[in-house]
Amino acid sequence: MEIFAATDADVAASVRAAEIRATFARPPAPPQTRRPGEPIRLSGVTKSFGARPVLRRLDLYVPAGQFLAVVGRSGGGKTTLMRLLCGLDAPTSGEVRIGERRVDGLMPQVRLLFQDPRLAPWQRVLANVGIARGPAWREEAYAALKDVGLADRGRDWPSVLSGGQKQRVALARALVSRPGVLLLDEPFGALDALTRTEMHRLTERIWTGHGFTTVLITHDVAEAVALADRVLVLRAGEIALDVAVDLPRPREETAEAAELKRRILAAV
Amino acid sequence: MSPTAQPQATAFAHGAVPPVAAADADPRAEGAAIGALAATQARALGRALLPWALPLAVLAIWQAGASLGLISSRVLPAPTDVVLAFWRTLNDGSLLANIWVSTGRALSGLAIGGGIGFALGVLTGVFRPAETAFDSAMQMLRNVPHLAIIPLVILWFGIGEEAKVFLVAVGVAFPLYLNTFHGIRTVDRALVEMARVYGLSSVALFWRIVLPGALPSVLVGLRYALGIMWLTLIVAETISSSAGIGYMTMNAREFLQTDVVVLGVLAYALLGKLADSLTRAIEQRALAWHPAYQAGTGGV
Repeated sequence: MEIFAATDADVAASVRAAEIRATFARPPAPPQTRRPGEPIRLSGVTKSFGARPVLRRLDLYVPAGQFLAVVGRSGGGKTTLMRLLCGLDAPTSGEVRIGERRVDGLMPQVRLLFQDPRLAPWQRVLANVGIARGPAWREEAYAALKDVGLADRGRDWPSVLSGGQKQRVALARALVSRPGVLLLDEPFGALDALTRTEMHRLTERIWTGHGFTTVLITHDVAEAVALADRVLVLRAGEIALDVAVDLPRPREETAEAAELKRRILAAV
Repeated sequence: MSPTAQPQATAFAHGAVPPVAAADADPRAEGAAIGALAATQARALGRALLPWALPLAVLAIWQAGASLGLISSRVLPAPTDVVLAFWRTLNDGSLLANIWVSTGRALSGLAIGGGIGFALGVLTGVFRPAETAFDSAMQMLRNVPHLAIIPLVILWFGIGEEAKVFLVAVGVAFPLYLNTFHGIRTVDRALVEMARVYGLSSVALFWRIVLPGALPSVLVGLRYALGIMWLTLIVAETISSSAGIGYMTMNAREFLQTDVVVLGVLAYALLGKLADSLTRAIEQRALAWHPAYQAGTGGV
């Protein structure tokens, strides 16, 4: 029964089993098979709350595997766009497509990383990562935890983790199902500067390894320029700027990057 | 006198410690150390016993008053009489038999009433239409003191077992209903949204998010319910019974056996405490994830 989360011994045993399997069965190749990301297409998307339009006739194409950052002021429509992409809300008019499918509800291949970690405090870390409980979820969850560098924390309660660790567990939870699209809704906003930089590196590494299409919503222009292939400025529900970030990775504080940040800031 | 004795005597005369004395100074110091240790232990013991000082003093005064004839045994029996009554009823088996009967009534009432309260709480918590249908009726009913319907209950069920179990069931249903409903309604919306985005079915959502989230509140309801359970039982058993702790005390009253009456009161107190400890143990187990119940942080 899951009313009482899995017992210590339970989780310990499964973690050990997963460790053994991981040591003996897995070749040294990358632990997760690369699944190409899925493209996103918005055509004429309008979303109104009452009479007030939040997004106005938005057209946007995000090719498979691209890392897109969306910046803008509060109330610019960023979060609304995010909710449309993951199917939590439906557009007033127009359509959103992910891969071949029109979004008309929650999509299994789309995963969302929230602003806060949203871990269930009554489930151990491993059980939280495998919250969807697919077949062989323990092994998958363990692999995802390993991916974010928390392989040894599977047996802990979420309450003993730091803010950064919780957000890494949330990232692992998003990775378990090998999403085609990963949506990041300001997931690093609440972290301190050092932890945030760490999370940026981790996100970049995982995105490079998995190849999913990524949409990052952020207030932070520097974050957008450090991570994304392309930056979109959303202002009053319209695209105010759409610019490619053609800088080598890992990104550094170059004059080019500074110039780009200035351009984006001017448009916000 | 040996030649060596002379300087010793001189030294002694000058007020220094004589070697003879120095020889047995060791055991004396040891004795002092033991004394100090004993004093520390005594202080620790004293601190441990301090909370018991008042009850023990009351007990002593009570015993003294009873022995000296200041308190009539018709008002209050001497503590020693209560102990004797305990021994007597334990030996003839009536004490345990009565406790057994009372516990059986309490638990069947809890199972029936608690089960109904919990189920209704889940129903109204999860489904809005159920809330519309049941909640205002439950809110109205819960404001009726359930002991006020005793005359009606006697008319319905007579004075048999059903009446007592029914009263307990009515008493415990409401705290469990209210706390289950409240617990489910205050489950973190953000977690529910997360679970939906991560593709949990409604059944999985209930078992993995909603019910564990509501559990702390449900357990608070259970503790309230246990208090009401014993209270209701005490009243219900005094109506008319042929077994149970209530019967034991009412019967003793007829024969002016105040010692048995006090024993009955103590039995109720003990059972109440036992039930409370059991709930705490369940909380420790079921809420192990909660920081307040984790080792080292000082549980409640």
